[in-house]
Amino acid sequence: MVNVLVNLFSRIGAPLTRGIVKLGFACRFFIAILRHSPVSLVRFRLTMREIWFAGVLSVLIIVVSGLFVGMVLALQGYETLVRFGASSSLGVLVALSLVRELGPVVGALLFASRAGSAITAEIGLMKATEQLAAMEMMAVNPVARVVAPRFWGGVISMPLLAAMFSAMGIFGGYLIGVQLLGLDEGSFWSQMQAAVDFRLDVMNGVIKSAFFGVAVSLIAVFEGYDAPPTAEGVSGATTRTVVTSALVILALDFVLTAFMFRGV
Amino acid sequence: MTFVMSAPLVEFRNVSFAYEEEIVLRDVSLTVARGQVVAIMGGSGSGKTTLLKLIGGQIRPDSGEVLVDGENVGNLGERDLYRLRRKLGMLFQFGALFTDLSVFDNVAFPLRERTNLPESMIRDLVLMKLQAVGLRGAARLMPAELSGGMARRVALARAIALDPRVMLYDEPFTGLDPISLATTGKLIRELNDALGTASIVVTHDVAESLALVDYIYFLADGVVVAQGSPDEVRASEHPFVRQFINAEPDGPVPFHKPAAPYAADLGLEAANG
Repeated sequence: MVNVLVNLFSRIGAPLTRGIVKLGFACRFFIAILRHSPVSLVRFRLTMREIWFAGVLSVLIIVVSGLFVGMVLALQGYETLVRFGASSSLGVLVALSLVRELGPVVGALLFASRAGSAITAEIGLMKATEQLAAMEMMAVNPVARVVAPRFWGGVISMPLLAAMFSAMGIFGGYLIGVQLLGLDEGSFWSQMQAAVDFRLDVMNGVIKSAFFGVAVSLIAVFEGYDAPPTAEGVSGATTRTVVTSALVILALDFVLTAFMFRGV
Repeated sequence: MTFVMSAPLVEFRNVSFAYEEEIVLRDVSLTVARGQVVAIMGGSGSGKTTLLKLIGGQIRPDSGEVLVDGENVGNLGERDLYRLRRKLGMLFQFGALFTDLSVFDNVAFPLRERTNLPESMIRDLVLMKLQAVGLRGAARLMPAELSGGMARRVALARAIALDPRVMLYDEPFTGLDPISLATTGKLIRELNDALGTASIVVTHDVAESLALVDYIYFLADGVVVAQGSPDEVRASEHPFVRQFINAEPDGPVPFHKPAAPYAADLGLEAANG
């Protein structure tokens, strides 16, 4: 009987303590990255290379997805708005949804699966093939040389990609609203211009994407660095990066939106 | 061997180390002097690689002292540890070349990261190191285009780029064809004598090591069970050494992993009773 109870407790407790230990390790890792960041900022070429791999190579998927999300938004929004005779506000609907919500969130989800998983796999394989250990033995700190540039590359790329996503989405909304459904071009743009506030809407979206950039990049480099140095370990870590990133993005989004909520 | 009598560059004094519960090294003492090539031999999982990690300060001993060039590695802070590692060169089992850099950039890596030399001088140094391992012609290739033996020679050039005082080799002969194997062995000996380093070779290749090294330590279950020069080892009557150099499947190292009695495992006990 006692045994059963003890087993039950340890069954629940073991994953819990493991999770807490991992969280603590991730926090210390974050501090270590910040401590070793000067190198990646002084030798900015290191970070530039990672911006290329994480950011520039993600542009295509971001742009295409943004365009389609914007077009779908316009089609769906039009159907509802036209019932209230407000179809001329379609531009406002599309722009606000994208800038405040979909640009940062969907952009971050795509970024996590396109770039985050690649970063995890790369660092994990460098660890599995002893490249990180070799670097350490050459008296070069792998956190400074490998991890920090990838982290900053992700942090810098994320808001730019989110902005590109939103811009392409608005263009997609324009294509559907004005070119396909025949809304007046003037009112489409002028209503959007009047209703979208730079600080409250655009800046809040940028702030969100900056938070997501830090979260996704940290998860990606941490999972890679923490991965067991085997084929199985690296594949598990890559999956965890995408899953954890998605959950953290959505949870963070709720918290940030709640803080930015004006209650009007 | 004019250096052999000088103070040891690497010294283990009664070192013990355990990963969590599992004891890896128990009370290990050994010394390696300048100009010496020393082999650490033992079966897989006998704690050989742990020994190298202790020298590099990647892990710290639970008890005892690891001295490298007179400094106690276990007591050093991060900054001092990085300073000490400049005196070490390590060749990893499969080379551990940076896959995103060319052969040239791999060898240049420690020079660019750890020195302020101008690029023209780095170029000359890299070509000299590559020439020493016979691969100057491969400078423009990527690591993926190299064979296993070539990759290890490039890694060797990278390891000696900063002229280390101590060279560590982790299983340098594993998975090499006979020609590459002999080449690697010859390079280890030549580089050691030319640079005046102390070399530690962790290996289980008996034939190559006996021909190559000055002294051999046998490690089994984390304990130094035997040691001696190649001639002493060949003449040794120690049962573990005999089993090891004659490659006998059973002996002090048993063929069977300890298990419950065979009959009981097969469920025959009940039938007998």
